[in-house]
Amino acid sequence: MIETVDLTRSFQSPGGDVVHAVRGIDLRVSAGETVAVLGPNGAGKSTLMRMLSTLLPPTSGRAKVVGHDVSTHAPTVRQSIGYVGQGSGAGQTQRAVDEVVTQGRIYGLDRAAARHRASELLSLLGLEHLALRKSSTMSGGQRRRLDLAMGLVHTPSLLILDEPTTGLDPQNRANLWDHITAMRNETGMTVLVTTHYLDEADLVADRIVIVDHGQIVADGTPTDLKERNVGDRLTLETADRASATRVRTLLNNNRGTRGVTSAGQVVTAQVKDGRAALPAAIAAAQREGIVIAAADTRAPSLDDVFLQLTGRSLRDAGTLPRSESDRPSNVVEDSIR
Amino acid sequence: MTVNAVRSRRNVFSDVLIVMTRELRPVITDPFSLVVGLIQPLVFLLLFGPLVSQDLGDSGSPWAWFVPGILVMTSLFGTAGTGSNLQFDLQTGTHERLLVTPLTRSSLFIGRSLKEFVPLVIQAVVVIIAMIPFGFRPDPVGAVLGLALLGVLGIGVGSLSYALAIAVREQDWMFWTIHQTVIFPLMILSGILLPLENGPAWMRLISQFNPLTHVVNAERELFAGHLTGANVAYGFLAAVVTAIVGFIFGLRALRNSTK
Repeated sequence: MIETVDLTRSFQSPGGDVVHAVRGIDLRVSAGETVAVLGPNGAGKSTLMRMLSTLLPPTSGRAKVVGHDVSTHAPTVRQSIGYVGQGSGAGQTQRAVDEVVTQGRIYGLDRAAARHRASELLSLLGLEHLALRKSSTMSGGQRRRLDLAMGLVHTPSLLILDEPTTGLDPQNRANLWDHITAMRNETGMTVLVTTHYLDEADLVADRIVIVDHGQIVADGTPTDLKERNVGDRLTLETADRASATRVRTLLNNNRGTRGVTSAGQVVTAQVKDGRAALPAAIAAAQREGIVIAAADTRAPSLDDVFLQLTGRSLRDAGTLPRSESDRPSNVVEDSIR
Repeated sequence: MTVNAVRSRRNVFSDVLIVMTRELRPVITDPFSLVVGLIQPLVFLLLFGPLVSQDLGDSGSPWAWFVPGILVMTSLFGTAGTGSNLQFDLQTGTHERLLVTPLTRSSLFIGRSLKEFVPLVIQAVVVIIAMIPFGFRPDPVGAVLGLALLGVLGIGVGSLSYALAIAVREQDWMFWTIHQTVIFPLMILSGILLPLENGPAWMRLISQFNPLTHVVNAERELFAGHLTGANVAYGFLAAVVTAIVGFIFGLRALRNSTK
């Protein structure tokens, strides 16, 4: 469905420097897959999406989408993909139903068919009572669903979503995803989505691709990524700091544990199988005469994976860039919109 | 329902029609903008009219000179700012939404520009009808031709406005700065409100290069029923050239913006 080879995009920044937003991405997405692309702000996610949806020509490399090259067969690609961008696709002064009908007309439906399809989609997405409302008077969640309706008019075989849930409250996020997964299950369409929310990627994606500094740093199923990169997290709490330091040494000397860190009386470590490691660690501590006050183990989250791979937590990735010089600035990405 | 018919060639005409219909829909569902656009010309007629009518008391009704000027002014003000709508669409993602569809790029631009014709002509008709009780007596055939000429000018000015909006999309404040800087000299140097015949030679010279001058002259002839004069031909030529230049700049700006 998607096949990119060494896909690259550079921009001339306003200061005259060349910014490499996407550097040599090789990505394959098979029909029917739901793939989530994760990455901090400025990682190149949107640039990648914009190249795949023919909004931006690649600087070098190739991308085939739904069997056609995005550079040489852009109109054919456009006919087969659905796209929901970061912004609001519906005109502010337009009524909801009119925008969906217009999209239908663009994709070749006659007036009656376009109207029929529009009312079908609006009621599927719970917007039928808002059909005659101007999009500017709709709430954020309603507008996103309208965007989705506009992107789905022609029953595309590939749906590209660029941060569809950003800015929505948890309830609206869940609601939007319910709609997307329902449509995907019904039509078998392929879904490529970028998101900031790891929980949502974990929940809906068959595969996760982590992008940082314009390159793919990890690619696999959510479970796969967690096992491969982090393992379970083990937490031990002692009665005092001195004991914590001793536990830390103990765990450091153990072969099965990695990434041992301590903060005050709490020591954490990564282990392959938390359920087995927990009693073993407690027993080892007791042999040394250390009292363990509390102990816990939990499965890794994608945030742990992200932290491991990119050196920062996705939650603060947007606000804490490593340095201004080594990441493409948002200004550049915004300016080409 | 599936739409699998991948058409290799799109019909530019129907694409333009889709874009134009989409742009016109808010004008029809919410005609408030049309009404707002009527306030300025009617206020000008109300306040300027009595003043000008005293100066021009020679050839019958003074409105024959003043109303066509006001119509051209409406056309200028109504369409020169239209690029700001596109600017808004560029910022919100609405334009992107259309770029990702298979619509031909040129139809996106041409459809928007052609749309300007309709609200403009509706407004002009209202102004004309409103002035009839005050003694304005337009020649019917000339009025129809005059409206067509106004529409063509509107398409030209509108497309230039769109071209400007796309060209300065990264510094959006520039749009209104340039708009204000250009629009007033253009208006004054066309003889819309005050006749230039008695002005200094340099003003009269510059006004000859202002397409609006020729359009205003043509409108006055047309509404007076002089349908075949050279001024009429120059007026249409000026409007058509404006539209062509607007299309060239606009299409080029649009192509460059998606590279």
